[in-house]
Amino acid sequence: MSRSFLHPEARRGLRDVAPILLGIVPFGLVAGAAAINAGLTPLQAAGLSVVVFAGASQLAAIELLGTNAELLVIFVTGAVINLRLLMYSASIAPHFRPFRDRWKAVCSYVLTDQAYALSVARYTADADLDPAARRQYYLAVGGSLWVVWQLCSLVGIVVGARVPASWGLEFAVPLVFLSLLVPAISSWPKLVAAAVGGGVAVAGAALAVPLNLGLIGGGLAGVAAGVLADARLPTDATGSEGAH
Amino acid sequence: MPTEYGPAAVWGVAVALGVATFGLRASFVYLFGRIEEVPDRATNALRFVPPAVFAALAAPAIVAPGGTVAVVGNERLLAGIVAAGVAWYVDDILATIVAGMAALWLLRFGL
Repeated sequence: MSRSFLHPEARRGLRDVAPILLGIVPFGLVAGAAAINAGLTPLQAAGLSVVVFAGASQLAAIELLGTNAELLVIFVTGAVINLRLLMYSASIAPHFRPFRDRWKAVCSYVLTDQAYALSVARYTADADLDPAARRQYYLAVGGSLWVVWQLCSLVGIVVGARVPASWGLEFAVPLVFLSLLVPAISSWPKLVAAAVGGGVAVAGAALAVPLNLGLIGGGLAGVAAGVLADARLPTDATGSEGAH
Repeated sequence: MPTEYGPAAVWGVAVALGVATFGLRASFVYLFGRIEEVPDRATNALRFVPPAVFAALAAPAIVAPGGTVAVVGNERLLAGIVAAGVAWYVDDILATIVAGMAALWLLRFGL
């Protein structure tokens, strides 16, 4: 009967994700409102949000539906935008190995930029977490992101996006990644990985590379640069990672 | 410009995209559950995914918020530098966001 007490890792996850939830509010409102503007029914708009649950690809699909693009183009565009999820899947998979299959399915469904980023940072900071604690943390983060995203989509569907753009609330999202990035740079090769990853992504944004490919390219180039730098500079600033 | 697609087409695209997206998310989660041991080379490379991806996620919105790289007059870059400094010293997500947003609003509304 002690179910009212959340697992400590679940509480920690909720605390860590809280500021991010604020940052995704405007994004969710826009996604909901845009779907209605593009001519989707409220049920279709809500269905898209639940079935896909990936904001950038939803917005792309909505925009292309609104302009009556070929259905195949809409599908491929959305799928390519979500290719980055492959990287997250590979990166977080070792932590999910002990989970039962149905938990793997739930955890996969709520895998997002933010859930991946927070959880990998948490697992790296505390390598001794047992599988149950890892799952609690991840589901607290991923589940609350899911709930807030769906609620904000619904509000956007019903009332449209009304948060003043001048507040710049969406800036909270890159700030989260920045606050995770700084402690993730624990060695020289990781600094190289971050510099190349960020540089390629900025170049992609400046050159208006389509389909979020700047992000994917940045991730891949950063990982490759990190591996190369690691082979040339074998010393690790923390010395905490060689053990396995 | 409302869509001319009917319900079947809209739902078809939504479900196809949803299934593909789930497949991308679940791919390695299930693959690494099937094989005995994740290869050392993969483990080694995967260590660099967080710094590379976090930087790729954060940098464009801070360095090139309007789609072009901006240094002069870029309030997000200044706010981002403040936030990075806070992240370095306190290593706390909430403090970093508060500092970054406060800096942004100060630059935007207070000066």
